[in-house]
Amino acid sequence: MLDLRGYGWMLWEGVQLTLLVGVCALMVAIAMGMIGAWGKLAHNPVARLAAGTYTTVIRGVPELLLLLIVYYGTPTLIQDVATGLGYDIIIDVNPFIAGVATLGFIYGAFSTEVFRGAILAVPKGQIEAAYAAGMSRSQMVRRILLPQVWRFALPGLGNVWMVLMKATALISVIQLPELMRNAYLGAGNTKLPFTFYFAASLIYLGITIVSMLGQQRIEAWARRGVREA
Amino acid sequence: MDAVLKYLPQMLEGAVTTIEITVVSVAIGLVMAVPLALLRVSKNPLLWMPAYGYIFYFRGTPLLVQIFLIYYGSGQFREELQMLGLWGFFHEAWFCAVLSLTLTTAGYTAEILRGAIRSVPHGEVEAARACGMSHWLLYRRIILPKAFRLALPAYSNEVVFLFQATSLVSIISLMDLTGVARVIAARSFAIYELYITAGVIYLIITYGILFVFKKVEFRLTGHLRDREHVEVTADGAVIR
Repeated sequence: MLDLRGYGWMLWEGVQLTLLVGVCALMVAIAMGMIGAWGKLAHNPVARLAAGTYTTVIRGVPELLLLLIVYYGTPTLIQDVATGLGYDIIIDVNPFIAGVATLGFIYGAFSTEVFRGAILAVPKGQIEAAYAAGMSRSQMVRRILLPQVWRFALPGLGNVWMVLMKATALISVIQLPELMRNAYLGAGNTKLPFTFYFAASLIYLGITIVSMLGQQRIEAWARRGVREA
Repeated sequence: MDAVLKYLPQMLEGAVTTIEITVVSVAIGLVMAVPLALLRVSKNPLLWMPAYGYIFYFRGTPLLVQIFLIYYGSGQFREELQMLGLWGFFHEAWFCAVLSLTLTTAGYTAEILRGAIRSVPHGEVEAARACGMSHWLLYRRIILPKAFRLALPAYSNEVVFLFQATSLVSIISLMDLTGVARVIAARSFAIYELYITAGVIYLIITYGILFVFKKVEFRLTGHLRDREHVEVTADGAVIR
């Protein structure tokens, strides 16, 4: 149906890079989210303020603009600071690293809310019981909190993954040869833009469908042994 | 800092374009979303399946692909579109941007409305039927007003997402806030200053939108709040 004129392999290579960027960004996002959630629930006012500012700013600024700030803005900022200190350096940011860092940072803010909700969903009595049984704080976190937080956070993290995966298309703007960028190149070479972008959209749709099925299975696996209402 | 002050008027002009695109897409998208949501909750597969397909496609693919599909993809059908006299529209970046944003937000909003329609309490629907309301009257007077109120918090998030998503139109050469910042940054070398200024403007407008929605929600849920405690003494004086 869709004749890609021999450029199909380019889309396939793009898909691999898209998934790699997506998975790396998701790992950064999960790490950022756990730190952020810890900050939001901490007693320390500085940690609370930092975590609050983080989620507020990320929510208010478009992804594309943040990507441009990381990719074009940060190197010049560091160079300007270095020049001020008397050093002359030139920094080139790798598009892959810039993309992973930006998406991880953005979706870290979304996972912060997911983890915060998941931590609060653990019944308080269990935490008190753990302390009453003589567990230390780290034991309580490891044995009581985290095993349950994962289960409560899974649906939210699944959503974060699906939005994040679609957002990887933005990285094509800084010329990383992922699916969207390769579709752009293929469309330019064959003069068949509709065919290529439609094929790319179907591939993204396929990734979404597979992710949804995977999410259902993982959630079912995480719920094993939990009595259903 | 000088560069920021010098170019601020141009950036604010870009912000106006951003708001224009947001308002037009949100308005048309909402009008499209209501019938789409009604089709989606229908029990007839000929009605709900196409609506489900539409919503699934637009929610499952990146907005950037949809924008490129419409803006660049329409070129593949140039002759057909010229024959229909529509090429003039698809040749315009503004039209393509608004079209793709509208189609996307219609899909997302329809899904939000579907959830809201499903959560209207069944007792209210039964009561309306018992009063003898017809299908359409029931939707017009009971289900839709209630669903809109239930959907409002989720819808405010959708509007904010769409507002931020408009920054993508700068990729197809439109001079919105991001577009202006990109062009001036490339010319003036004040790269991070200008991008950060643009970010601050986005931040202010985002929280402005959320503030307005909070106010609207407050107005619409007046009957659900606890009544102010009022005591009236024997001589008619009111003690609060």
